[in-house]
Amino acid sequence: MMNSGIPEGPLSQKWDNYKSNMKLVNPANKRKYTVIVVGTGLAGGAGAASLAELGYNVKSFCIHDSARRAHSIAAQGGINSSKNYPNDGDSVWRLFYDTLKGGDYRAREANVYRLAQVSANIIDQCVAQGIPFAREYSGELANRSFGGAQVSRTFYARGQTGQQLLLGAYSALMRQVNAGKVELFNYREMLDVVNIDGRARGIITRNLLTGAIERHAADAVILATGGYGRVYFLSTNAMNSNVTAAWRAHKRGAYFGNPSYVQIHPTCIPVSGDYQAKLTLMSESLRNDGRVWVPKNKADCKKNPSEIPDQDRDYYLERRYPSFGNLAPRDIASRAAKVVCDEGRGVGLTGRAVYLDFRDVIKRDGEAMVREKYGNLFDMYHEITGENPYHNPMRIYPAVHYTMGGLWVDYSLQTTIPGLFAAGEANFSDHGANRLGASALMQGLSDGYFVLPYTVTNYLATGGFMKVDTSHAAFADVERDVKNGIQNLLSVGARGKRTPTEIFRDLGNVIWDKVGMARDDAGLKEALLQIKKLREDFDTNLKLTGDGDGLNKNLEMAGRVSDFLELGELMAQDALHRTESCGGHFRTESQTSDGEALRNDNEFSYVAAWEYKGRGERATLHKEALVFESVKPSVRSYK
Amino acid sequence: MKVTLRVWRQESKNTQGAFETHALDQVKPEMSFLEMLDVLNEQLIKAGKRAVEFESDCREGICGTCNMVINGQAHGPVRGATTCQLYLRSFQDGETITIEPFRAKAFPVIRDLVVDRTALDRIIMSGGYISVKTGPHADANANLVPKDLADRAMDAAACIGCGACVAACPNASASLFTSAKITQFSLLPQGQPERKSRVINMVNAMDKEMFGSCSNLGECEAACPKKISIQHIAIMKKEYLFAALSADYREGMGSSETAG
Repeated sequence: MMNSGIPEGPLSQKWDNYKSNMKLVNPANKRKYTVIVVGTGLAGGAGAASLAELGYNVKSFCIHDSARRAHSIAAQGGINSSKNYPNDGDSVWRLFYDTLKGGDYRAREANVYRLAQVSANIIDQCVAQGIPFAREYSGELANRSFGGAQVSRTFYARGQTGQQLLLGAYSALMRQVNAGKVELFNYREMLDVVNIDGRARGIITRNLLTGAIERHAADAVILATGGYGRVYFLSTNAMNSNVTAAWRAHKRGAYFGNPSYVQIHPTCIPVSGDYQAKLTLMSESLRNDGRVWVPKNKADCKKNPSEIPDQDRDYYLERRYPSFGNLAPRDIASRAAKVVCDEGRGVGLTGRAVYLDFRDVIKRDGEAMVREKYGNLFDMYHEITGENPYHNPMRIYPAVHYTMGGLWVDYSLQTTIPGLFAAGEANFSDHGANRLGASALMQGLSDGYFVLPYTVTNYLATGGFMKVDTSHAAFADVERDVKNGIQNLLSVGARGKRTPTEIFRDLGNVIWDKVGMARDDAGLKEALLQIKKLREDFDTNLKLTGDGDGLNKNLEMAGRVSDFLELGELMAQDALHRTESCGGHFRTESQTSDGEALRNDNEFSYVAAWEYKGRGERATLHKEALVFESVKPSVRSYK
Repeated sequence: MKVTLRVWRQESKNTQGAFETHALDQVKPEMSFLEMLDVLNEQLIKAGKRAVEFESDCREGICGTCNMVINGQAHGPVRGATTCQLYLRSFQDGETITIEPFRAKAFPVIRDLVVDRTALDRIIMSGGYISVKTGPHADANANLVPKDLADRAMDAAACIGCGACVAACPNASASLFTSAKITQFSLLPQGQPERKSRVINMVNAMDKEMFGSCSNLGECEAACPKKISIQHIAIMKKEYLFAALSADYREGMGSSETAG
């Protein structure tokens, strides 16, 4: 059993107890420590800036040209906080409870409670940074509601909340770059972690512009490198989002938690062709006012929706979940869309879409009001599809959006490699088997601004490690492995026939079909076989052009596809072993008579933490028991 | 549909670049512009040739990574859209499309269509922030912000830092980019304490990076994928004048605390 290091005391006092008992580094000594932060999204940017403000030397690594581009920027709808400004009954407890229940009781109580506690500080922090949140005419902050909650606790900046929060973290980071406390390395991809005496002491990076392989030493390493949703090839994740940093750390000893827990977002623009590499999300906030429906009769599916009268429409979320209606949580809304499409009642050219209709709200509040709230989202839909959503209902379908799984971390966000921390979407910690809307931004900033500055300090102050630099033999060993890996890709790539994109697309199809919205025993076993074949294809038949000595995006992609192939196998293995359904993980063998996910708390109330055993070898399962002291897991109902 | 692409190819900053022509005869109107380039690159790799290097990330118009000049216009012919939000239905069947990198002295070419835009980061570094630390702050509702000011600050904050304003400007000025950040903070109560030093430092940083001056042509506003208004440049000039002429700034000249 894994030890999660949860502090003593009642739930509401655990974080205070941690902070009261932690060790501190005195101000003059902080400058003697170096911390590496990989990734410049919400968690990485906020963490790097906050650690530098404390006085540590920070080395920040960014895969883009600039620290302002990480995929946190694309989050549209908002950020949750327990402020209770609308006076509608919210509290730390209720945000904690909703998040834990939303995760189908597969998250760690103590982490989720801490998240709910610091959520109020985050809003104060962001307002102090000058983030232009939406406001009421009184000048106070505005709120809206999101899925899985019956209170309005979501703060937002138009449809660009992620952008504004990221620019806040980026600004704080650039201030520290200017002050000389952060050294920013742009266009760098982390390709390995260097362990010395059982602790993470540095990383190996590739300079994407020159191809140079570089060594960087530190006293602690933080990975804030995002999620792995791109394993599906088609997802709402950005083109550069990848699992490589987390996966290479996994191969060096960091366990991977709950890899099969993936969030499939219900409101995305449907797939239009096989040349696509990326899907676009339509914010969940649209479900505040949009109504989801399909025709009751298959015969109506190809009709113009305006010709279908109300009595022939099936507002299936409102019908099945009357108390949450269109704001049912994401996993439930996605599955419900799949069910109606599988029944043959899907709409659009492919029949894999449902309507999200604003007719009623436009009639009630007027087009101007809808434009004020959702204008940029409507414009985005119009640009992509060429259709005007003010006149016709949007067509939407679920797509992969977020990964709840990630590197296993304890309460202090430390992985199973001492000195290696994981934050934001890169860790598995707070969302259980399903994440609620507007909680990703909250978790990223919580980890970066308010958790890591304490827990990394405690790690450094506890000490027990000696100073090392990049001349240590371990750096040379790992660097050689990295160079060999790249050389190997290039030499296979000179002979083979299939581009990284082709193999990647095949992998994505397998994972989407078999490890997607519904999983079963036979399908998962088939997925394992197919991924193995694709891996063999990749190892012998890859086609690459260009060289490793300069910018070569296909070489970068080949390295990432290699890691996705291994990750895909682990996802299937994890999904296969968990024979219950929970949150986003739906095993068709485990459902209630009305088609809802059926958990099995007796056997599966644990976190699956997988230990790497070699390419193509079976990973070893370790378990962290989930103990619920304050909440009794119940059947998660939104009816 | 069919298109002919004239694509800029350049090995590195110090080598001579040239246009290369490729015909694509099986593209579709509903394809995005970048998906078309993906298709081109797959063909090139299959043929054993080096792919065209270009940057993109979110492909939904918010990260500011993609940057190309298409038929002479930064981000192409559609107003208020980034390159990744451009679809082939905006082009004619059989059209020849010219694709170049953003061109500006401050944006050296790295390879093909990829340019170095870190000069924009250095402008932000010089003052594009409010100097608060992480930690406990006043309650978020302690400072009220009138809705119209918050909305105008958000209009300015919508900038995605793509650099199209620079590419479109005959002087390669970064005034629209810089002014958007200055306006955002000058409107908000949180931005007041550093209001004067911010505008002085950011304008100085912009000049140091070899961006040109603004001569009110308005190309930047026309090219901006977020339709950021050129009015922000007027606000920046006003703010600069106000700060440079104000007594407390002049008295502090030479003192690193005020100027820095």
